[in-house]
Amino acid sequence: MALSASKLKVGDVHTARLVEDLKRTQIVQYAGASGDYNPLHTDEVFTTKVAGYPSVFAHGMLTMGMTGKMLTDYVGDARLTKYGVRFTNQVWPGDTLDSTATVKAVTEKDGVKVVELDVATVNQNGVVVVSGYAEARVDD
Amino acid sequence: MAAKHFPVEASHILMFARSVGDDNPVYSDAEAAKKTEAGGIIAPPTFAQSGAQFDPDYGLRPKIGQPWFGSGKEPTGIKREPGGGGRGGGGGGGGLHAEQHFEYHRHLKPGDVLTATTSPGKTWERESARAGKLVFSESVTEYRDQNGELVITARGVGVRTERPIDAKS
Repeated sequence: MALSASKLKVGDVHTARLVEDLKRTQIVQYAGASGDYNPLHTDEVFTTKVAGYPSVFAHGMLTMGMTGKMLTDYVGDARLTKYGVRFTNQVWPGDTLDSTATVKAVTEKDGVKVVELDVATVNQNGVVVVSGYAEARVDD
Repeated sequence: MAAKHFPVEASHILMFARSVGDDNPVYSDAEAAKKTEAGGIIAPPTFAQSGAQFDPDYGLRPKIGQPWFGSGKEPTGIKREPGGGGRGGGGGGGGLHAEQHFEYHRHLKPGDVLTATTSPGKTWERESARAGKLVFSESVTEYRDQNGELVITARGVGVRTERPIDAKS
């Protein structure tokens, strides 16, 4: 199910819904798996009373991880060569996220065909929460 | 992040994949994964970040017998400005993750034993209407496998804000 360079066109788009109504428990689950126990993500008392935010919010890396599923579902297993993002806005419990990969270029590096993708994840208000790029090996 | 011994294990990969909502069997089912191009279970693309579990000095994990800045009886267990190293958060403004970049030389699989070494990169500042003065700092982490081969190069950027960020509606 890998992508073929010959079938990809600049501007091709792949989209996926990452999460609907993000739950605090999923954020806790990510804290446990990743080892990042920053109370800003799991401790409502600390985050509202000490840090001054309206509620806990997701780890940027949780959104990057969920966005990674959109990418690997598109390009196939073990195909990614680069993946990077900027965290442009916070993700809150209750958010619904949709993610898009857009083909920016299809090139060849060291004899291997690669697709370069623009990556963006937006919330239910259309605000971009993650913006970045990825690169993956594709078939001829 | 610095970890001398970061064993990549199937159960950890399973838990990590669940936490990011990824039910791809290549992360959990050895038989199904064998039939994929990966040839066996691999780790999801952002898994390397969980090497924090194996960093003895990681500041965002409560440590046995040591104070913790999260809430208990009081909203915070530490009165001074918390942070605890790395991109620690909390306090009036605190530290947040601004950027993360990965370059994959190959994908991780159960049985790999990694070392992670981090070196500091650039630092820079910027004024922001939403959060006041922002101080950015970059770090580059190299993950090497049991054979000393570089498998993942990661670049992270942390930001400390002068005050909590105003959320965009």
